[in-house]
Amino acid sequence: MFLPALLGALINLNGSGRYIHWGFIQISVANFVVIILMIVVFVLAILLPFPKRKRDGQ
Amino acid sequence: MSIDTGVPAETPARASTPEESRQWTARMRHAAESAFPPDQLLPDRQPAYMASWIYVFGVLTVVSLAWVIITGCILAIMGPSWWHVSSTGHFVNSLHLWSVEAFFFFMVIHLWGKFFMAAWRGNRRLTWATGVISFLVSVGAAFTGYLSQQNFDSQWISTQAKDGINSTGAGSVFNVLNFGQMLMWHIVLLPIGVAIIAGLHVLLVRRHGIVPPFAVGDGDAAAETPATTTTTAPAGEPA
Repeated sequence: MFLPALLGALINLNGSGRYIHWGFIQISVANFVVIILMIVVFVLAILLPFPKRKRDGQ
Repeated sequence: MSIDTGVPAETPARASTPEESRQWTARMRHAAESAFPPDQLLPDRQPAYMASWIYVFGVLTVVSLAWVIITGCILAIMGPSWWHVSSTGHFVNSLHLWSVEAFFFFMVIHLWGKFFMAAWRGNRRLTWATGVISFLVSVGAAFTGYLSQQNFDSQWISTQAKDGINSTGAGSVFNVLNFGQMLMWHIVLLPIGVAIIAGLHVLLVRRHGIVPPFAVGDGDAAAETPATTTTTAPAGEPA
């Protein structure tokens, strides 16, 4: 009972897809979320410092 | 090819004779050694400016591609009756899908990063071009993959796509309603194309080195400095 809930999708994917309509632009919520995630990861990759390994004598 | 005269083989490092240097094998060897010296092909040091998260998305894309190919090979071995019915088959099928999602996710971020770095600087135009072509061929591979799902989703996508593709005239040789043809494109032609072009892309990155940031040298000539001459940090160990 617990394992399927753990391994299953966080959102019920069995229903019909949800879409965002904005003028002539139409995009599924799933694709929109992925694009936003990519932008967030891109910005974080630029801003976050890269970890440095400490060496002897430094 | 030279004839074996029974004389013990000399050390591999010996100089080629004029006769040997005319052979296509020798010419290819010399060209490969000249284009990809071992220390450039498998470097142990990288420029200090590589110590940035924006440089990791290329290798993440390659790792995702490896997962796509591995899971695709397992699906090909086991067949549709396995991936449609069994739990393990569903799991591997999902791994195949999600590794494709990861592949495009990382590849697009890699593309953004390289675009804003103007990564074609310093005689890296071919590196950029192979990346673009690899992206486009990957879109085709993913598209034919959606057509090969054998479900209502693939039926919907194929019937929607046929009008667009037929309007270009390409439908006569690329029929999205022909499942067998789309499956062959997906599992043979396009994967070979992606693997070859992505492999060439990686080799070119090794050949010309990663592009330096604008702060190091603003001009195109400054960006031509080979990576091996500006190394300050061991590979995998950021400075």
